[in-house]
Amino acid sequence: MKLSPAWLREFVDAKVDDRRLAQDLTAVGIAVENISGEGKNTVFEMEIGTNRPDAMNHYGVAREASVIYNVPLRTVDSKLPAAPGNSDFVVEIVDGAGCARYTARVVRDVNIKPSPDAVAKRLLLVDQRPINNAADATNYTLWEMGHPTHVFDLDLLEGGKMLVRRAFSGETLKTLDGVARKLTPEDLVIADAVKPVALAGVMGGFDTMITEKTKNILIESAWFDPATVRKTARRHGLHTDASHRFERGADFEATTKACDRVAVLLLESAGGKLHGGAIDVVARQVDLAPVALHLSEVHRILGERLETNEIFRILQQLGFELMPERGGDPDFTVHIPSWRLDVEREIDLVEEIARLHGYDKFANTLPAYAGAVVEAPDAEKDSRMRTTLLALGYDEAVSLTFISHQDAETFSSAPVVELANPQSEEASVMRSSLLPGMLNMLAYNLNRGADQVRLFEAGSVFEATDGGTAEPKRICMGATSPPLQKTQEWGTHDGGFFDLKGDVENLLHAFQHKSLKCDAQTSDYYHPGRSARVLMDGVPVAQFGQIYAEVASARKLRQNVFVAEIYLDRLYPQGLRVVRYQSLPRYPAVERDFSFVFDDGVTFEKIQQAVIGLGLAQLRSFVPVEIFRGGSVPAGKYSLLLRARFQSAERTLREEEVAQWSTQIIRALEDLGGKLRA
Amino acid sequence: MAYTVPKLKSFSAATLDKAAEKLQAALKQESAAVKTEADWKSFRDRWIGRKNGVLTEINELWLKAAPKDAKREVGQRVNELKTSVTATVEKSRTGVTIVPAPAVAKVGVTMSTPVEPAALDITLPGIRRPLGSEHPVIRTMHEIVSVFRNLGYSVEEGPVIETDYYNFEALNFPPNHPARDTQDTLFIARQESKPQRERLLLRTHTSPVQIRTMEKMKPPVRIVIPGKVHRNDPPDASHSPMFHQVEGLAVDANITFCDLKGTLDHAMKALFGSSVKTSFRPSFFPFTEPSAEMMVSCFICGGSGKRGSEPCRPCKQTGWIEILGCGMVDPNVYGFVDYDPKKVSGFAFGMGADRIAILKYGVDDIQLFFNGDVRFLEQFG
Repeated sequence: MKLSPAWLREFVDAKVDDRRLAQDLTAVGIAVENISGEGKNTVFEMEIGTNRPDAMNHYGVAREASVIYNVPLRTVDSKLPAAPGNSDFVVEIVDGAGCARYTARVVRDVNIKPSPDAVAKRLLLVDQRPINNAADATNYTLWEMGHPTHVFDLDLLEGGKMLVRRAFSGETLKTLDGVARKLTPEDLVIADAVKPVALAGVMGGFDTMITEKTKNILIESAWFDPATVRKTARRHGLHTDASHRFERGADFEATTKACDRVAVLLLESAGGKLHGGAIDVVARQVDLAPVALHLSEVHRILGERLETNEIFRILQQLGFELMPERGGDPDFTVHIPSWRLDVEREIDLVEEIARLHGYDKFANTLPAYAGAVVEAPDAEKDSRMRTTLLALGYDEAVSLTFISHQDAETFSSAPVVELANPQSEEASVMRSSLLPGMLNMLAYNLNRGADQVRLFEAGSVFEATDGGTAEPKRICMGATSPPLQKTQEWGTHDGGFFDLKGDVENLLHAFQHKSLKCDAQTSDYYHPGRSARVLMDGVPVAQFGQIYAEVASARKLRQNVFVAEIYLDRLYPQGLRVVRYQSLPRYPAVERDFSFVFDDGVTFEKIQQAVIGLGLAQLRSFVPVEIFRGGSVPAGKYSLLLRARFQSAERTLREEEVAQWSTQIIRALEDLGGKLRA
Repeated sequence: MAYTVPKLKSFSAATLDKAAEKLQAALKQESAAVKTEADWKSFRDRWIGRKNGVLTEINELWLKAAPKDAKREVGQRVNELKTSVTATVEKSRTGVTIVPAPAVAKVGVTMSTPVEPAALDITLPGIRRPLGSEHPVIRTMHEIVSVFRNLGYSVEEGPVIETDYYNFEALNFPPNHPARDTQDTLFIARQESKPQRERLLLRTHTSPVQIRTMEKMKPPVRIVIPGKVHRNDPPDASHSPMFHQVEGLAVDANITFCDLKGTLDHAMKALFGSSVKTSFRPSFFPFTEPSAEMMVSCFICGGSGKRGSEPCRPCKQTGWIEILGCGMVDPNVYGFVDYDPKKVSGFAFGMGADRIAILKYGVDDIQLFFNGDVRFLEQFG
C-alpha cells in the first residue's frame, strides 16, 4: 500500500520530517518499507499486517502518528448541507448474516467528468488510476479513511429498491472488470428488484456503473461479513481493495461517515444535490465486547512496570475507552473502538501498549532456569556419522526432497507420498530414496568437469504407511570413479569398490555389533557382482556398490559411479560401541605369510571362516595381503598372499608351536582346494 | 643397477676377495638408503630373506657351486659375509628407529645415526588428504542450535509431513483465516476424505514441534527445533520450495517480553559477534502476541550501510538486517496444549538458516545450496 505523508499530515501535526516519520511509524509496526519522491510528492511504500485493516488508509496511520507524537487527531470532513426531500429508495437486507449494515444516499443531477486536479494527483500518488469524479470519490474515501464504498447509476437500478441477498443459482453478473460470472447460492450479492448489480464487498456490476451519461447516483456504504466476502472473492478469483478490507474486518460505525464523505466529495466535484437523508439499515449490531485490563497482567507479560498514565494515554489516543473499575480487579474495563476488530482479549491490549511504548525501550533480561538440557536421542550418533564422513573426504550435500514418480519406482519399493499441488512432474512425490538426489548431484558435477567427487547427504525419506506417513532417516554416499585416493588394489580393477567398502566399514565400526557380513542381495539398481548388502547382527543396515550401467546411462552418467545407502533407522538401535580398554601385549607377535593359489570360487570369507574355525587361541589376525591373477597363475584361479599374526598375552611364543599352527592353517586351506605355492 | 650375486668363474682367493668386496660395497650403499621401517623391511628381505635373499644366493651360487677343494675357503668367506650382512641389517634398523626419536641428547652421537638423507625441496606443496566440507546451511543450523543449547535449551525434532492441526489450527490459524494465505502450502494428495485438521501437508514452519513438545511435557519447556520446511514458492535466486528453520520456545512461570529480548540479543551476539545490536519492531504472527520482528545491526558493514565507498547490499544500506520473527506465545496456543495461560507465559522465535547462511557467506543464489556443486561446497571446507 502506498501512503502520502502530505495527505496524512492533513489529520495530524507531526513535527518531524518524512524520513523520521517513516522510522517512527515502522517502530510501532506500521512498517514503511521504502520512501520515494520528494516534498509534497513523497510516497511511503507501506507493509501493513493482515490483522490491521484499520491502518490500511491515511486516517488510520494518522491515528498511530497522533499517539506516537502525543498530538490531537483531526476529523475527516464529512459535513453535508441539509438535505431537502425524502428519499423513497428502499434498501432491504435479506441476509443479515452476510450484511450487518447498509447505508445509502441518493445524489441527483450530477455532472460526471474527470476529477479535479487535486483529487486526481492524490490518487495517482497512491497508484490509483483516476476514472471519473464519482468513482474517484469512492476511491479517495477508501484511501483516506479506509471504508470501501460503491456508486451505482441510480437510473439503471430497476424497481426502486436494493436487496442484499444470496444469489439464486443460475444467476449471472458481469462485474466491472467485464467478466460475466456465474453466481452460486453462496455468493452474497446486491440486487435491484430484478437482477444482481454487485458482488457484495468484492466488485460492482458492469451494467450499473457510472458513465458520462449518469445523472443520478446511489452511494453504497455497507458492512459485510468477513468470511462471506473471503469465500466469494476466492471462488471468483477476485482480490480487490474492497474485498481485502472486508475480509479482514471493516469498521461497523464507519458506514455513515464514509457514505457522507463520498457525498461531500461528489457534491464538490460533480455538483448535484442530495436527495433526502441517509438510508441506514442495520440488520444486526456488530458490537465489540469490552475487555478487562489488569495492570498486573501487563507487567507479568512485558516484564516492566509502565506508568499507568502512559498506558491510559496510549489506549485512549488509539480510540479505546477505559472505565476504571472499583476494587481494581480488573483495573479497567476497556471499550473497543469499532475499527479494531483485531482487539478481543487482554493480551491484544498488552500488545497495543508494548507496541506504542516502543519495543526497544524494554530492558533486555535473561530468564532464570533450573531444567536440564536433553539432547535429541540420535544426536550423538548423527554427529559421529557426520564427523567420520567429513574426515573421510565426503562433502556434505543437501538436495531437494521431491523426486519424480519414475525415480520413486526405480529406487524404492516403499509406497510413496504424493503431493496434491506439486511444482512439476519431476517433483511430484516426496523422496522415498536419497539416491535420485545423489545421482543428480553427481551428474551435475560430472557435467561441469569435476570428476573426483565424493558427496554424502543425511536426511529423511518419506513413505506412506497404513495410518499416515513415516520418515525414516538415511545416509547416502556417492563417489565418482576413480576415487580420490586409491588405497589398495585387490588385484582386480575394482574401480573404487573397496575404497567405498572401507568407508562404509569405518562408519559401521562406530556401532556395537557381534557380526558384520556382506552378501550379494542388493537392489536392482546396483551392478550385480559389484555391490553388496551389509548385515549387522543379521540386520541389513546398508547396501553399496556400483550403479547398474543402464540406470546410470539413463541419467546421462557416462562414468561409473559408486553409492552407498545406510539405513539409520535399522542401524541406530545397535547403539554406539562402548570402549573397554584391553591391556597392551607384553610379548612379541609373530607373523607368518602363506602364499596360496585358489579357485576363483573360493571367497575370502570362506578362507577366513576355515581359519577361524581352527580355534587357534593365539591367532590375533588373519588378513589378505596381496592378490594376483594371470602370469603363471592359470585362468580361473588366483594367487593370494595371506598373513597370520600370532601373539600370546602370557609368554613369548615358541618356534615349534607357531610352526604347528601354520601347518594347521595350511591344511585347512588345502581342504578348500588351495595349493601352497613354493 | 641393483646388485645381483654373480656366478663365480673361479674360486681363487683373489676372485673371492673381489666378489666379497663388491658385495660389501652394495650392502653399504643400500643400507645407507634405508630411512623408514618399510625401507628396512625390504632391505632385510633382499639380503637375509630365506627365499632369494642375497645370503641364500651366495650359499647357492658360491658355496654349493664350489669344487670340493675350495669349499673350506669359500665357506669361511661366506660365513664372514653372513655375519657382516646380518650385523648391517640389524644396525640399519637401529638407525630407522632412532630417526623419529626427538631425544635431543642423541643429536651428534654418530654411533647409531643413519647416513644423512638427501635434502628435500621443502617448497613443493604438501600432499593433502581431502577433507569433506560442511554444508553451509547445516553448519549454520548447528551453530544456532549450539548457542541455545548453551543457554539451557534441549533439541527437539518433528515430522516434515504434518497435519493441518499441528501446522495451522493449534498455532491459532483458524480454518479459512487470511493468515494461512501468507504461507503457500504444499499439500499431500488424496486427503479430501479426512476432516480438515487431519489432512496432511508439508509443514510450512518448524512451529508445529512447539505444539508436539508442549503436548508431551509440562512447563518449564525450553527447546530449540532445527528442521526442513517447505513452501510452494517457485525456485529463484532467493526462494526455494525447501528450506531450513531453527525455532525456539521457552515457557515457564514468569517469562517476559524483556526475557525474549534479552535471550535473542545474547544469542545474536554469540552468533555474529559481541558488537552487534538488536532492534525489535511489532509484527504479526497468529501464534504469538505481542509479536515482533528482530533486526540485527548489519554484521557485514557494521551498521554503517556502507562498505568502503560502496553501498552495503545485504542490509540495503539501512545498517540493519531482518533476521527473525518472535513473540510472546499467544494464550490461545496454551488452550490447545492444556497449559494455564494465567500461570505460565513464554516466548517463541524462528529464523531461516538458509537466509542467515546467505547473509553470512555472501551467497547470491539460494539454489547453490541444493545442487551439490563441489566447486561451491568445497569453499566451505
